[in-house]
Amino acid sequence: MFDGRAPIYLQIADRIRTEILDGTLQEGEQVMSTTQYATTYRINPATAAKAFAQLVDEGVLHKRRGLGMFVSPGAHDQLLEDRRSRFFAEVVDPVVEQARVLGIPIQDVVTRLTSDVPLGATPPRPEEEGTS
Amino acid sequence: MSTTTGSTTTGSTSMGVELRGLTVRFGSTTALDAVDLTIPAGTVCGLLGRNGSGKTTMLSVLAAFRRPTAGAVLVDGEDPWENPRVLQDVCLVRESGDVLADLPMRENLAYVAGARPRFDADVAGALMDRFELDPAKRPDRLSRGQRSAFGVVVGLASRTALTLLDEVHLGMDAPSRYAFYDALLEEYVAHPRTIVLSSHLIDEVQRLLETVVILHRGGVLLTEDAETLRGRGVSVTGPAEAVEEFTAGHQVLSRQQLGRTVQAMIHGEVPPEAAARAVASGLELGPVDLQDLFVHLTAEGPR
Repeated sequence: MFDGRAPIYLQIADRIRTEILDGTLQEGEQVMSTTQYATTYRINPATAAKAFAQLVDEGVLHKRRGLGMFVSPGAHDQLLEDRRSRFFAEVVDPVVEQARVLGIPIQDVVTRLTSDVPLGATPPRPEEEGTS
Repeated sequence: MSTTTGSTTTGSTSMGVELRGLTVRFGSTTALDAVDLTIPAGTVCGLLGRNGSGKTTMLSVLAAFRRPTAGAVLVDGEDPWENPRVLQDVCLVRESGDVLADLPMRENLAYVAGARPRFDADVAGALMDRFELDPAKRPDRLSRGQRSAFGVVVGLASRTALTLLDEVHLGMDAPSRYAFYDALLEEYVAHPRTIVLSSHLIDEVQRLLETVVILHRGGVLLTEDAETLRGRGVSVTGPAEAVEEFTAGHQVLSRQQLGRTVQAMIHGEVPPEAAARAVASGLELGPVDLQDLFVHLTAEGPR
């Protein structure tokens, strides 16, 4: 990953996606306006509008004329599927690579993952994936 | 809610700018050299450049404080020179203030209210409070930062369709600057207009901007969408050979070597596949700050 390089509008779009994923934003709910975004985060409203346009393109948000932006039906599942498809490449593979560099046997990593040691708060999942 | 004066306002609340071959010479010095530039109406544009790059000259021409030596200046499609329709809706705030220094700020504001059809006294009052300015005080009794803040009050409360703020925030302390950024955004989203913000310090203002124009030695070095520009620079760190291979064909702005590790800054777009390949091969890619990019692009000497 090459984080930090991401333009602000991508970061805003990502924040909205995360809020939809973790349930902070429910489907059908209205999201903050570009104006609110601009003044809250001290950014140009065009930057916020760009983030919204991208999410509209993806079908995550939709516009209701004169009312504002709303979370689309099915957005949560769609984002979940997308994040899951990237989970191994973006989250697990770097762990494996780091373990290799440090000379930690993969078996130790697996043991850790399957042990009862609390790994910190994990967000509740609507359905269980068969990896743990 | 808004307190306007008797004169009527015509035209749009945002005026764009078009410069064609704009040249300004002072004696043997060429301050602006055949500049072509478009500033779209309704945007917040950052006019960036080092000291002496021509920023103030350009803004002075836009506000018809100065006549160009050659070329065309169009504000809302018309030459601003001796053009009352355009000029009542153009406000240039310079660091020097351009106010009646020996009259209380209250009287200054009354004067501005008479000259600016869209002036809003309530907004001016709220901004005076925000910057903790006492209307009974005279501008010439203020600190540099307070004088800048008063300039901002005049600039924003005038609600002119073209508002030119020339390095106004430089003299302010940090709390005042943040108050200025907040006020600027609030005013802009509530009453969209064209705002040109000039500066050589761009760290703090970069997020406020939609477009960026970089002036260098009297010419336009680049003009670009602010977000695009930010994505234009990449810093790459890793083993020397790998970095050389990655940067081949790109404009390298800087290069530092520490032992076998090289860090280079390039100007240009890196396609996602190339970035992914680079990361996979052990290179570290990082962001380039707009300020860094600006410093390198406008550095003296050959590039």
